[in-house]
Amino acid sequence: MKTVFQKPRSLSDTPTHYCPGCTHGIVHRLVAEAIDELGIEGRTIGIAPVGCSVSAYNYFNNDMVQAPHGRAPAVATGIKRSVKDSVVFTYQGDGDLAAIGTAETVHAATRGENITVIFINNAIYGMTGGQMAPTTLEGQVTQTTPYGRDASIAGNPIRVSEMLATLDGPGYIERVAVDSPAHVRAAKKAIKKAFETQIKGKGFSLIEVISTCPTNWGLSPGDAMVWLRENMIPHYPLGVFVDWEKEENDG
Amino acid sequence: MSEKILMKGNEALAEAAIRAGCIRFFGYPITPQTELAAYMAKRLPKIEGGVYLQAESEVSAINMVLGSAASGARAMTSSSSPGISLKAEGISYIAGSDLPCLIVNVQRAGPGLGGIQPSQADYWVSTRGVGHGGARLLVFAPNSVQEVIDLVFDAFELAEKYRIPAMILSDGLLGQMMEPVVFPDRAPVLLEKPWAANGHRDKRNKNIINSLYLQASELEEKVRQRELRYREIEEKHSKASEYMMDDAEYAVVSYGATSRVAGSAIDAAREKGIRVGLIRPVTLWPFPSKQIFEKSKNLKGILAVEMSSGQMVDDVRLAVNGNCPVNFFGRTGGIIPTPMEILSEIEKMSKGDIK
Repeated sequence: MKTVFQKPRSLSDTPTHYCPGCTHGIVHRLVAEAIDELGIEGRTIGIAPVGCSVSAYNYFNNDMVQAPHGRAPAVATGIKRSVKDSVVFTYQGDGDLAAIGTAETVHAATRGENITVIFINNAIYGMTGGQMAPTTLEGQVTQTTPYGRDASIAGNPIRVSEMLATLDGPGYIERVAVDSPAHVRAAKKAIKKAFETQIKGKGFSLIEVISTCPTNWGLSPGDAMVWLRENMIPHYPLGVFVDWEKEENDG
Repeated sequence: MSEKILMKGNEALAEAAIRAGCIRFFGYPITPQTELAAYMAKRLPKIEGGVYLQAESEVSAINMVLGSAASGARAMTSSSSPGISLKAEGISYIAGSDLPCLIVNVQRAGPGLGGIQPSQADYWVSTRGVGHGGARLLVFAPNSVQEVIDLVFDAFELAEKYRIPAMILSDGLLGQMMEPVVFPDRAPVLLEKPWAANGHRDKRNKNIINSLYLQASELEEKVRQRELRYREIEEKHSKASEYMMDDAEYAVVSYGATSRVAGSAIDAAREKGIRVGLIRPVTLWPFPSKQIFEKSKNLKGILAVEMSSGQMVDDVRLAVNGNCPVNFFGRTGGIIPTPMEILSEIEKMSKGDIK
C-alpha cells in the first residue's frame, strides 16, 4: 500500500494543547516537514518561547530548549555559536518577539546570527488570555484595549519584517499567512527557504506567519480566517522582504 | 606553566577560566569587571572553537550563556552589581533548568547605579538566590588573585557535577589588584553531559532543557530533587580558612578582599596581647556554618567585617546560634575599611563592648 499522507517524522506523538482552530498546529507541521525534507532533525535544536507555544518542546522530536520570555534569539545564539554544525530555530509569538524580546530580535538579526526565527503574529497575547500585543491592530478590542487600540494612547502596531529588513544582517525575511491552502503552501516554501538560508550560512532568517487566535479574538475558526484576511493582511502585507539569493543574483 | 607572573585579579580570572576549559564567554561592558571581558576578547578568537561575544544587554548575555550551557559547553559571563540584577532572570532559568555555568560578579557599591568602588553589598542577593523562585548558586569568595585562579577550577567542576550555576563573588578591589600568581598544572575535569541539547544525531532520544512544570506535583518533585543536591553540597563543599584561631578568644569573620585588611588588624591586635583570630568563609553558599558553630563554642565574641551595612553577619549569627555575641563593623559606598578601624573594633570587643 502506498502512503499518501503521514505525520512528519520530526513531530512527536504528543497531542497538542492548542485551542480548536488555532493555527499553531499548521505551523508546527510546516516546520517539521521542512526539517524532515532537509534531513536535519539530528542536528536541529529548537527554542520554545514563553506564551502559547511554550510547550513546543513536547511537540518536536529534535532537541529543544525552553527560553525565558523574549530571550529565544539570545539562547539560540549561545547554542549556535557553541555547536557549529547545529541548525537552530526559535518559535516565538508576537508578545515574546516584538515586545519583551525586541532587543534580542533586532540584535540577533543585525549580527546576522545564523538562526531561523519562526514568528507567529496573531495580534494578541494568547496564553495570558487576550491582552494587547505589539502587533494588535488599531481599533482592535482586546482585554487591555477594551475600547479598541487607540494609537494615541497605546501606540502603533509594529511591522517586524519591514523593520528588520532595514538591517544588513538578515539573509531571508518573508511574511506569510496560513489562512488558505495556497497561503499554507507558500508558508511551507518560505520556512524551508529560511532553514536553507541558515544551512548555507547566509545569515539571520525570519518567517513572519500571520496567524489566528479564535479563542481570544472571540471568533469561530472559520470567521477568524476571514478576519485575518480582511484586517491583518492589509496592515501586514505578505511578501519577501530580504532574499540573499535574489541579492546575489542581482549582483 | 609554573613560573610566577604578575597579574590583575580580573585578568587572572579570565586566564584561569580558559585553562579550566571555558572558551565560551558572553558579556556586556560594565565597570569594574572591564579587564576580564577585554582579556577574553583578546584570547578567545585565537583559540579553536573559542567564542567571545559582546551581547546587546546583560539580559541577552546571560541567555546566551543559558543556550551555550544547554548545548553542553562550559560557558561563562562576567558583570558587576547592577548587571547582575539584569542577569537575575536568566540565572533563575539556568538554575531551574539544572544547567551549570559560571557567573562572575566583580561587586561595586550600590544600591542603584551606586558607585564603581569596591563593595560586598551583593552578599544577600548572591547567597539567597539570584532571581525568583528560590534557587541556589555555588558562591565562591576568593581573597587573593592566586585564590581567584584556584576557585575558578573548583567552580566549574562543582557546577557541572551538581548541575547548578556557580558564581565567583569578587569585588572591585580584588579585580583591579595585581599580585604574583602561579597557574597550577591542573587539567580540567570534563564530565560527560548526556543531557545536553546539542542535536540527537539519530543516536539517542531527544533532550529537553526546560524549567516549566505545569503539574504542581511534578514541579514539587523537581524542586525536592534539587534540594537533595543542595543538602549534599552543604554537607561536602563548604569551606573556610582560619588564621590564628588555635588559642583565640575572639574571632573576626570576614571574606574576600576585606579579610586581607582584617588579617592586618588581627596581627596588630595580637601585638597588643588580644587573642583574636580570623575565620574566612571561602564559600558563601554553602556557608561554613558548622565550622563557625564549633569555633563559637569557645569564643567570647565574634566581629563580622564587611564592605556593606551588614549582610554576611546574618549567616554568622545563624551559625553561632547564640553561642557567643556577634558584633558587626562595615564600610559602604566603596570605602574599604582600614586595619586601624578594625583593630579599634577588636579592642572594643575585647573590653566587653558587645552589642
